Formats: sequence, C-alpha cells, structure tokens
Amino acid sequence: MKATNQTDSSRRQFLKSTLFASGGLLFGINFLNAKNPLTILSEEQARSGFLNFNAFIKIAQDGKVIIYAPNPEIGQGVKTSLPMLIAEELDVAWENVIVEQAKLDIKKYKRQGAGGSKSIEFSWLPLRTSGAAAKQMLITAAAKRWKVSVKDCHAENGIVYNRRGDQLGYGELVEDATKLKVPTKIKLKDPSEFKIIGQHIKNVDLDKIVSGKPLFGLDYKIEGMFIATVIRPPSFGQKIVSFNADEAKNLSGVLNVIEFKNKIAIVGVNTWTVFKAKKLIEVKWTSNEKLESTTQQDKKMLDLVEKENPSQLKTRRKDGNVKAALDDADTIVSAVYEAPFLPHNTLEPMNFYANVTKHKVHLVGPIQTPTGAAMAVARLLGRDRDDIELEMTRIGGGFGRRLKNDFVLEAAEISHLVKKPIKMVNSREDDFANGFYRPKVKYQIKAGIKNGKVTSYYLKEIAVGGNINDSRANFFPAASIENYQIDIARIKSRVTTMAWRAPISNILAFAEQSFMDELAEELQQDPVSLRLELLKKADTSDRRMAYSPKRMEGVINLVTEKANWGEAPNGTYQGFSSYFSHNTHVALIAEVIIENQLPIVKKVYCAVDCGVVVNPLGADNQCVGGVIDGIGHAMYGDLDLKNGAAQNLNFDSYRLIRMNETPRLETYFVKSDIAPTGLGEPTLPPAGPAVANAIKAALGVRLYKQPFIKNGKLNI
Amino acid sequence: MAVFNLKVNAKSYKIDVDETTPLLWVLRDTLGLMGTKFGCGIGQCGACTIHFNGVAIRSCLLPISAIGENEIKTIEGLSENNSHPLQKAWKEVDVPQCGYCQSGQIMTAASFLNQNNKPSTEEIRNAMHGNICRCAAYNRIEDAVAKAAEEMN
Repeated sequence: MKATNQTDSSRRQFLKSTLFASGGLLFGINFLNAKNPLTILSEEQARSGFLNFNAFIKIAQDGKVIIYAPNPEIGQGVKTSLPMLIAEELDVAWENVIVEQAKLDIKKYKRQGAGGSKSIEFSWLPLRTSGAAAKQMLITAAAKRWKVSVKDCHAENGIVYNRRGDQLGYGELVEDATKLKVPTKIKLKDPSEFKIIGQHIKNVDLDKIVSGKPLFGLDYKIEGMFIATVIRPPSFGQKIVSFNADEAKNLSGVLNVIEFKNKIAIVGVNTWTVFKAKKLIEVKWTSNEKLESTTQQDKKMLDLVEKENPSQLKTRRKDGNVKAALDDADTIVSAVYEAPFLPHNTLEPMNFYANVTKHKVHLVGPIQTPTGAAMAVARLLGRDRDDIELEMTRIGGGFGRRLKNDFVLEAAEISHLVKKPIKMVNSREDDFANGFYRPKVKYQIKAGIKNGKVTSYYLKEIAVGGNINDSRANFFPAASIENYQIDIARIKSRVTTMAWRAPISNILAFAEQSFMDELAEELQQDPVSLRLELLKKADTSDRRMAYSPKRMEGVINLVTEKANWGEAPNGTYQGFSSYFSHNTHVALIAEVIIENQLPIVKKVYCAVDCGVVVNPLGADNQCVGGVIDGIGHAMYGDLDLKNGAAQNLNFDSYRLIRMNETPRLETYFVKSDIAPTGLGEPTLPPAGPAVANAIKAALGVRLYKQPFIKNGKLNI
Repeated sequence: MAVFNLKVNAKSYKIDVDETTPLLWVLRDTLGLMGTKFGCGIGQCGACTIHFNGVAIRSCLLPISAIGENEIKTIEGLSENNSHPLQKAWKEVDVPQCGYCQSGQIMTAASFLNQNNKPSTEEIRNAMHGNICRCAAYNRIEDAVAKAAEEMN
C-alpha cells in the first residue's frame, strides 16, 4: 500500500448516525485508509495508523455538545487534546463542549489505548474528519430548511449562517441532520483556519482534580463492593508450599481467603482490613531453581559484552563491514554503558474493579490497553466478548505499567471465585515486588576514526528483558556512518520486564548520546558540530531510516540558539543531547553547577519538533515532565534484586526526583504544519545523556552507569 | 472494632472501625472522601496529606485512635467552589498531568503558605519536597504556589 499526500477520505469509508432517545445526535465514523493532507505518510503509518477508528459526538437539542474522549487518560493530556481535534472541525466554541470518557467499545472504536505516544498521531485525521462530517451534515440540514444551496451556507461556533443573514444553532438542526446521508467527500480545514488547535486549552478535569472529586480507579466505589488484595511470590520463581490463614480469617471484616494461580487473595469489607489480614498470613515458599540476583546478572551480562561474537548474538542491522573498518581505523573509541531495572512507580497503585455475574462481567479501572484486557478476561472466564463491559477511569500514571493487564485478570478471577463484586488493590510494596520492570541493559559501543572522520559504529546490546527492535536499529546514527552494525542478545531470566516510558530509547539514548560526546572529544570537535556533520552525511534515500536529518537539525539549531550553546557563565556547565523517538525530534541542553563535588541540574533548554502543536499548554507540560522524569531516573533510579526478590519496596529505599532537585525548563517548539506526533515519551530519552555530558564538562568525569548518584556519591 | 467521634471539614461523624485504621482509609473507605489519595502508606510520597488543626500531616500514618477532638480538613473542605488561592492558581497555571498527587500537593502548600505567606523560591522548593509528583509537573507546582502566595498578600 502506498501512501499519498492528498485528501481522499471517500474510499472504503462509512459513517453512521443515530438519533438518541435524548434527542442528541451521535455521529460515528469509521475509516480505512484515510489520507493526510499535510504530509507524506510512511508505509508503516499508513498500514497501522488509520484503520477502523471511530469517534463520537453528541449534540443535544439545546445546543450543548458532548465529545467522547476515546482513549484512556494517563496524564498525557488526550482527554483534552483529542476532543479538541473534533471540536475544531465541528466548529463549536470550546466553552460549549463537555468532554466525557468513552467506555470501551470494541465494535465502534479502534485503538482505544494509550501507548507509544501514538494517540495524537493516529487520531489527527480520523477525529478531525468525524467533526467535519458532522458539521457538513448540520450545514446541509440548514440549507434544506432555508431552501438554499449548501454553497450559500457556512458554520461557525455552533451556528449555521446563510447569505441572507439567517442563522440556526446546531441544536435546532440535530434532528434533521440525523436523517441525512453521511457525506462521502469531507473537507478538512487548512491549518491557517484553525481556531482551537494551537490554542492554550486547559485540562478538562482541572476543576475535579483541584477539588478532590473521585476520578481514578482507586476512587471507584459502587454499592455492595468489597475490597481484595493479593499475596504473590516475594521472589521471582517461587511457588507456594503451604500457608496458614487462621489468624487472618478470624479478623473482623475478612470474608474470604483463597488460593489461586500460585497466589492468595484476601477479600474483606475495606482496604485496611485486607491489608492488615495480609500481614497475618504465613506463607511457605519454595523454588526449583536458583533465585536470581542483580550482581549475578551483571556478571553474566559483562561476560557477553566482553566475549567476541558470542553465539547468542542476533544482528538487527548491518551496513558495510564494521570489522574491516575497525581494523583499518587510526583510532578506536570504545565504551560500555549500563542501566538497572526500573519499576514504573505509578503513584496510583495497581487496582481494578470486577463484578463477574451470570449475565455479564463488569470491569472498571485504570488500564492503558482496555481492548486487550477485555479480551483476556473473556478468555480467562470462557465468556463471550459481548459479556464484558469495561469502563476506563482517569489513570494515576501509566509509564507503560498499565499496558499489562495482569491486575485486571486477577480482579476478574477473584470476583469469579468469591462470587462478589470486588476491587483488587495493591499496596506500594506489591507494585515494587511484583513489577514488570524496565529491562536491565548493557551497551558496548565501538567506533573507528580514520583521517579525522567516523567510519564505523558498532553497538552490542545485552539485555535482561526487551531488546532493540528493528525500528530503533534505524535511529540515528544509522544511515550516516557507512559501516554500521547493531547486535543484540538476551539473558534468560524469570524477572518480568515490560515497556517503560520511551521503551529501549530511554537507555539507548544515554549510551548513544554519551558516546557521541566521547567521539567528539577524541576528534577534538564541538559535540554539536559532530552531530550536525553526521546528520549532513545521512543517506536520506535509505528507506529504513526512521528519523529526519532535516528536522533533527532544526531542533539542534533551535536549542543551541536559545541556550547560547558554548557561552555558559563561569561555574555553569552545559551538556548537549538530541534524540528522535516516537516520531518526534528533540534536542536538549542541560546546565549543571557543582556544589560539594556533586552536580546540581539547574536548567534545561528543550527544543521539540512534533509537527503541529495541538495544545501548546499540554504539550509544554508533557515535555517538561518527560525531561524531569528522565533526569530523575537517570540520577537516582535503581532497583536491586537479591535471592530473586526486589530489595527496594517503597519510596524510603527507592529515590524519585523531588521538587528541590528539579531543574527549571524552557521549552521551544519548531513551527510546523506537518501532521502532529506524540509527546508523552520523546523528551525523556535525551534527558539523562544531556546531564551526563554536562557533568563531564563540569567534573571531567564520564558517567557510564545509571543511576548517576549512588549512596550519595557519583556512581563511577 | 471501636466507635470514634471524628470532625472532618467541620462536620461530625460517629465511626465504628478497627482502632488501628489509619485516617486515610477512614476518609476514603468509610466517609467516601476520595480526594485524599493512597500512594505509599509510609509517609514518603505526600499523596495522603491532610490538615490536622491546620497543619499538613500524612493521613496514612495517623491511626483513628490518635485523633480525638482535633480538627481534620481534607481537600474537599479546603474551600467552597475551588475558591482557595491555591486552587485558583492551580487552574490558572494548568498544573496537573495525571492529577493523582495534586490534592496532597495543594494541602501541603496551603499549610505552608499559612505559616509563610512571603516565601522565596528556595523556600517553596524545600517546603514541597515531601510530595512526589511522578509525572514531574514540579515546575508548574512551584509556579502555582508562588502565584497563590502573591495573591494572598
């Protein structure tokens, strides 16, 4: 399938409109192969992006507009930004829009999830088209009533006008509009006509958040609901031998203690009762195999790093002949970078409500992947998919953890076993001990320099957990160095791992962007000019190349200008980093000062090219959050395992960045009409290396290991 | 189980719960006041911050049996119609990302500004350091506290 750059939304498209009992109009739209008028889509985008996506608008006869936010809100702002896309093309005043969270509806919606920073990118055309189709139908309804041509009518801010100066509100036209055929040719606005997109729109849940209204999964409460909590193996690889729950069962308010799937569930009348009961249960655990520890894993990983061509290696990308180029080089620069497991630590612990009855399975809670969760519950309980009703709550942080649906399945299974409506609630310690961590990774990078130029680049990844995939092997500096190779190997482990905000990139960027500075140092070249030189050499005819050298150059130039690169005042040290991920280009300059021999990050300049900035207010919040999160985890994040068990089980022994350690940010966006890409993740990967490069400038010390600070000292 | 009299947001309640129950769970599970959040259970994250006679404390560590006649205020009782300067500043700055930690942040800030209504940037950053924002909206939290302090003067 080849993607083109024209608007053609008529092909294989159908729309539905339904008159609701309330008199509201519900517009649905369903697309295959919608085309982007603004940019040429990659084949991958065209294949996966715009299939069967639905959006819904409800217009009441009093003119009020309800827009359903289809995707889960994890703090990335889509409950605000996605409805903005619809409201823009529908042409209603934002003040008249009420946003509601849509329930999971597998038949009406596609990709009702949150992950990969893809919501805005994939919704840009389908959601705008759903708004534009509704607007066209409302205009047609008005034209009919006035007996004038549609060409003589236009709509603005929820009102249709004709040339005579007559006007009709959308609410007055709703009923007629529903009886019309849905248009096949839908015209979208030119970016110059945008009235809502590009405006500073505030979070739609602001009022509820600042007044403490129930919004999150943990806040969900329904008559007759009980609370459940679960004991799971404290070490990866353990099994239950036996347990004694006599004391727990005697506790007032405890209703059930049951064993299921190598776990124990406690059900009771409230949270404190089941948390208390949990501590009274004595469990004997066993393990058939030796339990793992991070020190043993480190040793295994380093063995593979040092070994030449171990048999476990797989090649992800190979250009030219790296080995020959290294043999031929004047100088070889080589380094090994390391990063530990990281838990996600969403501030809202894992929880989900489930009520399994004969008639249906009702599920409510915070999940990034509601479709997968509903299908998994249907399979688990042997139920029809139509029996599953899933409602998404606002989510107190995702970061990848809630892509996994383990806690939804647990809730459903417990409700099924005890035949009660329950909400399963984790303690913080449960979240830490039974996490799905960011993979533990070591990177070896070697590059050859010949006649003052970088001629080869070899990267070997050893990971406990997920490896570099094909797309990331095609990130910078792929296609800009003629001899280039990415090899990967995985260490077997029982420790569960999972995507963690900006998966793989969040460590890969640290290795690559630190290494770029090491290369520049060897070449006695300015680190920014080295990157620009490599970008100029990038072979743009390489179809696998994932990044745009031109857009990367754009953010690099913007950030160096804003931060006065190379002109830091005395005592302030700058570090640079640039990175492409999730189809967004980012460049950062971090400024550190030194106090008591320790670095303090004072300021970060951030330049971003994400195409059109849909909501600058929300976009800035995402960029700032991503950078500070990236710095916090690079500086302090560290999860240690001994005898298969996490040693850090709460925030007393696991350090998260806090306000007094936080730099101030200045964010700048490249002005662009290109279709937007996401911002939930892309500013995180370059944050760690920008700080590492600044610390090198300040102290002359190169950091190879995350966390940068361990036991109050630089980790060197 | 034991019966306790509790004053929350100027209302009196009679509550029958296990005497070791932390105030956090009484607020959430018994009274249905969901604004006070559970984050860590050991007083490290600040999501459960409430006012105890006007002073910010962690409700996850305070057993119901230790409260007695003392006045408890939660985010729900901070103001009528979000009119507290901090709530107004929070909205003006558009602080939240996921929003989960925000009640705790606001309650910590409200108690702090009562004690110090002309804080320096450094004082704000230190006063707020006990509250974790996992989304790291720290710059905006700092700006909103400074803005509210200005308005209160």
